[in-house]
Amino acid sequence: MTALLRRWTVLLLAAGAWEVWARVQRSTFFPPPSAILARMYRLWFAGPATHLFLTEDAIGNLLPSVGRILAGLAIAAAIGGAVGLAVGRSAAVYGYLDPLLQFARALPAVTLLPVFIAIFRLGTQMEVAFIAFGTIWPIMLNTADGARYLDPVQVETVRAFRLTAWQRLIRLIIPAALPKFFAGLRLSVSLALILMVFAELVGSSNGLGYEMNNAESSFDMTWLWSTLVLVAILGNLLNVLELAAEHRLLAWHRGARQHGN
Amino acid sequence: MSQGGRPGHVAQWARGLAGLAGFLVLAEVLGRTGIISRAVLPLTSTVLARAVGLAADPRFLADVGATLEAWALGLAIAVAVAVPCGLVLGSLPGVRTATRTVVEFLRPIPSVALILLVGLVLGPGLRMNVTLIVYAALWPVLFNTIYGLDDTDPVAKETLRAFGFGRPAVIRFVSLPSAAPFIATGIRLASSIAIILNISTGFITGRISGNGIGAFIADANTGAGNTALVLAAAIWAGVLGLVLNMVLVWAQRRLLPWHQAYAAEAQ
Repeated sequence: MTALLRRWTVLLLAAGAWEVWARVQRSTFFPPPSAILARMYRLWFAGPATHLFLTEDAIGNLLPSVGRILAGLAIAAAIGGAVGLAVGRSAAVYGYLDPLLQFARALPAVTLLPVFIAIFRLGTQMEVAFIAFGTIWPIMLNTADGARYLDPVQVETVRAFRLTAWQRLIRLIIPAALPKFFAGLRLSVSLALILMVFAELVGSSNGLGYEMNNAESSFDMTWLWSTLVLVAILGNLLNVLELAAEHRLLAWHRGARQHGN
Repeated sequence: MSQGGRPGHVAQWARGLAGLAGFLVLAEVLGRTGIISRAVLPLTSTVLARAVGLAADPRFLADVGATLEAWALGLAIAVAVAVPCGLVLGSLPGVRTATRTVVEFLRPIPSVALILLVGLVLGPGLRMNVTLIVYAALWPVLFNTIYGLDDTDPVAKETLRAFGFGRPAVIRFVSLPSAAPFIATGIRLASSIAIILNISTGFITGRISGNGIGAFIADANTGAGNTALVLAAAIWAGVLGLVLNMVLVWAQRRLLPWHQAYAAEAQ
């Protein structure tokens, strides 16, 4: 209880100080937190119970953004994981592709947005492809790295038991690559949020970035701050989700390893 | 530095180059045969020719210079702020627990989402660019400093304390040197983030916020849009990130010679 109190005290004190300061100063740029929270509630969470209290605006802008992130990440995880395993298991393929993949990762994805717009036109399809492209490299390279180095004892054991290629993949290679895969996924989750906001700021007819643009052009600071806080909450939620998935799958993995030993 | 059992450096380089060349040729062939429409993606040769042209284009070089200026300023300020903060959070557990919620709330806010807000508050220009870079570059340096302090050998710390040294001396002679390679890794992460952020800011606000690679790409993208030019600039942006990373690795080796092993591993 005291630990909980200690953790929240500073946040609440900071918010309180901001509140008082903003009210005294009547600051245009920094509206008081209470006003931001009230606006967030009215904008997004004052909807009917049948819609899980989401307003029209939340359904029209928040859900598409979340959907794009999840779709982009799902594609990146599926392709990046599969290709990563293949690349990591063959020294030759790794040798041929490593510099190319390293450069693809070094290429700032934001510079390629115009190319994605040229290929897919504006819209959800373009945004999902852009997010998938931008987030695939950490997953692919990390998975390849994980699949490259197998425990020699396990390799010998698997050989002794004459497992089929499929069994080798399921029992040995995937479990070995999984921790690295998640290390890549963790990086990609925060990247996906950045790319979503960026793509929607540049050209979109809905989504959180689009709403930010509207708030900025109407010079409505409370609205702009509300979108920012919502993005922060979304980022926190995505991190929590990723950690939960990682924890579940790696717990299984640790269990399997202990069992296998 | 080649290790036994691995293919030699020459063979590795040859494979890497072959892979790169194969990709470029494949893309060129797909374009020339019309499998990938030239209206959508330009030919590899066109993009490479554009990239070579850019290397001698004074306007583009001025934009690269402006991006480098914002990068250097932003990174320097971020390090100057984040390392002391990391030292405080890393050596005073009470402060770390108390501020954890604030830090955990602030960290996932992408700097890209701050572009419009900072633009309104500070107005477009170098100050806005640098502020955004500082916010984004702060976190990897801060967290790596804390990890580094957590990783410090407790025996070394206790030894110094047993000789009557105070906390500042322990930090100066044990914790900081031991955390230095972690901090260096954090700075390299922050460096690539700084470049990406500067390009994003320039792309979204355009020339109004000053020169930079982002503004160059925004220009190339206006009107009919020049995909070849955008791709050429993107290639240079990638090369810039790699070169800056190499420079930082080199600096790390020069400045932290006692951590050669770490430096080799972190590459």
